[in-house]
Amino acid sequence: MERNLMKGNEALAEAAIRAGCKCFFGYPITPQTELAAYMAKRMNKAGGVFLQAESEIAAINMVLGAASTGVRAMTSSSSPGISLKSEGISYIAGSDLPAVIINVQRGGPGLGGIQPSQADYWQATKALGHGDFHLMVYAPASVQEMVDMVVKAFDKADEYRVPAMILADGLLGQMMEPVSFPEISANPTDKSSWAADGHKGKREHHIINSLYLKPDELEKSVQDRFTRYEAIKENETDAELYLTEDCDILLCAFGATARVVKSAVNEARAMGIKAGLFRPKTLWPFPVKELNEAAKNAKKLLSVEMSMGQMIDDIKLAINCSKPVEFYGRTGGIIPNPAEILAEIKKVGGAE
Amino acid sequence: MAVVFERPKSLLDVPTHYCPGCTHGIVHRLVAEVMDEMGIEGDTVGVCPVGCSVMAYDYFGCDMIEAPHGRAPAVATGVKRTNPDKFVFTYQGDGDLAAIGTAETVHVATRGENIVVIFINNTIYGMTGGQMAPTTLPGQVTQTTPFGRDPQLAGYPVRVCEMLSTLTGTAYAHRVAVDSVPHIRDAKKAIRKAFETQKAKKGFSIVEVLSTCPTNWGLTPTEAIKRLQDEMIPYYPLGVYKDTTEEGNE
Amino acid sequence: MTVITERCKGCGLCTAACPKKIVELQKEKRNKKGYFYAVCTDQDACIGCAMCAMMCPDCAITIEK
Repeated sequence: MERNLMKGNEALAEAAIRAGCKCFFGYPITPQTELAAYMAKRMNKAGGVFLQAESEIAAINMVLGAASTGVRAMTSSSSPGISLKSEGISYIAGSDLPAVIINVQRGGPGLGGIQPSQADYWQATKALGHGDFHLMVYAPASVQEMVDMVVKAFDKADEYRVPAMILADGLLGQMMEPVSFPEISANPTDKSSWAADGHKGKREHHIINSLYLKPDELEKSVQDRFTRYEAIKENETDAELYLTEDCDILLCAFGATARVVKSAVNEARAMGIKAGLFRPKTLWPFPVKELNEAAKNAKKLLSVEMSMGQMIDDIKLAINCSKPVEFYGRTGGIIPNPAEILAEIKKVGGAE
Repeated sequence: MAVVFERPKSLLDVPTHYCPGCTHGIVHRLVAEVMDEMGIEGDTVGVCPVGCSVMAYDYFGCDMIEAPHGRAPAVATGVKRTNPDKFVFTYQGDGDLAAIGTAETVHVATRGENIVVIFINNTIYGMTGGQMAPTTLPGQVTQTTPFGRDPQLAGYPVRVCEMLSTLTGTAYAHRVAVDSVPHIRDAKKAIRKAFETQKAKKGFSIVEVLSTCPTNWGLTPTEAIKRLQDEMIPYYPLGVYKDTTEEGNE
Repeated sequence: MTVITERCKGCGLCTAACPKKIVELQKEKRNKKGYFYAVCTDQDACIGCAMCAMMCPDCAITIEK
């Protein structure tokens, strides 16, 4: 298969177009702007729609409108912009619409910085808006994975009628790596049973809506959605397990951080420390079974994140606090280096 | 016996939740009559706001989408851009369109988005129980202006048609009222023209409809009509504010 | 002129619109929602102008001629 050297943000865009994304609505924000710029160049030629909205709020609602008619729709932003999109994402989830949202994370809170961060983990996995809902969250660690996960996100969003997010970061968005694009099977999901694209006098009118004034109806709609979430939890978790079979200390990291951690694990192994790496590829659903498998022989776990410690909550929950879980993180846009992580591995007990 | 007047088919045969004398029902009927006359119900997607007409999706026979507060123009943009052959309209109140959704409103117009906006101006937030709207008149008593709207404290009302008619992307902006049969006839013509403008791909159309809210104004339906005539029309003059169609150029 | 009584909310906009003054809100019978609904007091005098129906916010009036 042909391989091209591409920037992460551009690869996300190209993958979306190849996955049948028919429209992109965005608003400029560093460090994801190349994605929108690429879409502006390519989308119209590919027969789709590119539109720069007046705000992130408008962009996500344009996605809501397009997705309501059954077309594959996407938007992208970075952390502060995702906060603005949270209203629309809640409505998309409440209206059972498929859509793909890209977050190329930067440091926060507030305006924060423009360097890479993973501090939106909680936002993405726990509370991207008001109400009882989840979205599927994919965490790529390479440009190739960004491509593969965008395609998957569109498919799964359609399959389960849920929004899906690619939680990347400024490092992945900006770096260049060789990528190949998979052949996309032209097997679009049939949305004719719900799409609001004009009934042509041939069916009942369709309503896309998240309002249920009667409590029992709202409860039922939420419960029905959570039944689908159970299926997602059962079928859609994914993780990479690296040197975990015999590890004493299990490092846990996702996204770009996992690449650095992998180097540290290799260095630790070279020094005789039995370290391993658990890398979740899906953050929601969190790969609980996979983590327990990876951690079965470990004495300690060490979560390494570009934040003050967010995924560590899910790690503790997943293993039911059965083992000590330590944390090491840098925040504000600082990427931890392998030496720091190796020192931490030694410190938390891998070196006895 | 021939039927002279009956419910349009695009208006579903269900009771509405609107208060007695609320003119939302009249405007719903006019939009539905236009869809019937143009034969476009099956090719139309409507977008509801948040506010009293939030449940308009249960009343119109075309496909409907319920948008977040103020975002109906953005939702409509997403629909229209991906389905340019469909008719798309939003149905929004004054709080939705001229307060929380001002950015979406201005930009959908300036982009010349080829959609129709039906804008209900009744100078108050109805659904939440009668608070000050961007269109509340100076001196008007509401729940949040209990001593009357004081422009020194709460600013001045927004004249939406005047504002949007300054934008190049606006093709047609017309303010009408539903206080009398002649005005209702004019309103119907304006709504028809807005949809015809969309059909001709001329760009953005807005029909602002001066309406009543007897409940939150604390008036009877007939008193409310009188207030619309005596107080609203002088502040919000009826008429065509912009018309770039051939008819407007004559 | 036929009033679909269950749809009528008794707002009275039709009574004000009628040029013949033959539509009125009677004060004896309520519909299921509790509204005194409008009636035509003299069908023979009705000219079928449909002004009452035009003003009705609830599509509760049908006119035949």
